Amino acid sequence: MCQTDSTKPEFKVATGDRAILPEGAKTIPIYVMGKKYDVPETLTIMKAMEFAGFQFLRGAGCRGGICGACPTVYRMAGDYKLHYGLACQTVVEADMYLAQIPFFPANRASYSIDEMSAAADAIHALYPEVFRCVACNLCTKACPMDVKVMDYIAAIKQGQIEKAARISFDCIQCGLCASRCMGEIPQYHVAQLARRVFARYIQPQAEHLKKRAEDIEAGKYDQILDDLCGMDKDNLEKLYVNDREREPDMAEPGSWQPQDTKYL
Amino acid sequence: MKISYYPGCTLKYKAKNLETAALASLDTLGIEVEEMDRWNCCGAVFSLANDDLIHMVGPVRNLVRAKEQGADAIVTLCSMCYNTLARANMLMKNDPEKRDTINRFMDDEIDYFGDVEVHHFLSLVKDKVGWQALSKKVKTPLTGVKIASYYGCTLQRPSEVGIEPMGSFTLMNELFEALGAEAVPFSAADKCCGSYQVICEEEGDNTAAATVLNAASTSGAETLVTSCPLCEFNLGKQQEALKVKGKITENVPTLYFTQLLAIALGVTEEQCGFELNDAQVTQFLESKKLLVAA
Repeated sequence: MCQTDSTKPEFKVATGDRAILPEGAKTIPIYVMGKKYDVPETLTIMKAMEFAGFQFLRGAGCRGGICGACPTVYRMAGDYKLHYGLACQTVVEADMYLAQIPFFPANRASYSIDEMSAAADAIHALYPEVFRCVACNLCTKACPMDVKVMDYIAAIKQGQIEKAARISFDCIQCGLCASRCMGEIPQYHVAQLARRVFARYIQPQAEHLKKRAEDIEAGKYDQILDDLCGMDKDNLEKLYVNDREREPDMAEPGSWQPQDTKYL
Repeated sequence: MKISYYPGCTLKYKAKNLETAALASLDTLGIEVEEMDRWNCCGAVFSLANDDLIHMVGPVRNLVRAKEQGADAIVTLCSMCYNTLARANMLMKNDPEKRDTINRFMDDEIDYFGDVEVHHFLSLVKDKVGWQALSKKVKTPLTGVKIASYYGCTLQRPSEVGIEPMGSFTLMNELFEALGAEAVPFSAADKCCGSYQVICEEEGDNTAAATVLNAASTSGAETLVTSCPLCEFNLGKQQEALKVKGKITENVPTLYFTQLLAIALGVTEEQCGFELNDAQVTQFLESKKLLVAA
């Protein structure tokens, strides 16, 4: 996960994983895997760890709070409470004890979505452990996305797949819920299955999308794509900047069309 | 008084007919309940171990949710949900030490002191409507229908939470009499249906269920009525398997009490969900001319 980076950069360039500190920035102590580091305040946990010399090979992804790769568990000195967050989003505080949980070995069932059905029985058969839930709610407390995890597990037990799919919509599959579960339930994998079953069997299918996919498969857009790929920089720029047709901001839906409508 | 309706897991899936018939009946009777939007498993089986407080968290959390909704009472249909909720509530009311432990553990919720009342649907109908008024609202009287009122284990035990004293079955009997039916004396009304034992037994080996069904036949009942999805599974859906093993000889169509209430109040057939009952039910209702084409 983390490696100490011995080569210091020679000159400072701000990149996604490198902070440029204000002159005289104040430092605060944090503890990474039990070892103390003084890091500038205002940094995120991820940038603070990188400042301290760690290099993320795993456990970092989008750095935008949505990929779920950098779940972090921390505790503040003097308090028993555990807290949870994403390293790329949570700002460091003095006396944080930090641990990264980039991966959790939760059970993930194998299935073929095309051979399932809209009945919750299939989900129950793949993940019978959902019935081990005792409603302790530690999963919900652990969720860095504020998903009501226990509520969607309850919905799955009740056979309410759509409800589970909707409650779990913001899940980023980080696995912190499963890491806290006394019933050893892999909540995030169960929720993903619920959303897949919902999308495949319960939610009305989008007819226009089906038609567009057929058009693409029939080659309707092959020629213009090839033209674009073969275009030189000047012509591309001309097309993108000068000749570009653009739907006006805030246009009423359906009120605007390009001059050439044959690709609609 | 605001009443929260707690559905229970099975009523949203395998026993939808217990719920849909009940809610439609409440509408007809003009009783207002608000279905809870957030709830979890009731705990299903009340833990009897003295120090097993983690299994109180589920039922207590539901009571907390009801309180959050501003409800004074919670009403439920399933016998087992009723039992776990009522017993957990009793513990929160009467045992300050355990209450404190549970409240501290559930530090993400408001503190709870057992102050939401837990009611079963049967008592609610009696208290809110009364049998006399109910009989006046009957559109399709259940005249001549002989019913075995089956309470099973959890509606009366323990006596502190029982909907009526042990050995007395007046709530259901009087309900059916108000609907025009005849409640027959039934010796197995509070005998166990076999409960979760069916999970470890071979299909059709459930002697407990056979005892109940045979007693219903002997009593002259034409139908057996329950308020519990697990009883309905053991007594209704397992009849063919029991027959194959020679444990019973006669079928006893098995219904939820809410379905008979709904029929009598003129609720539409779709809302009664008879297709989820055992196979004999529709045939039986037709023979009694209770399925009137809408």
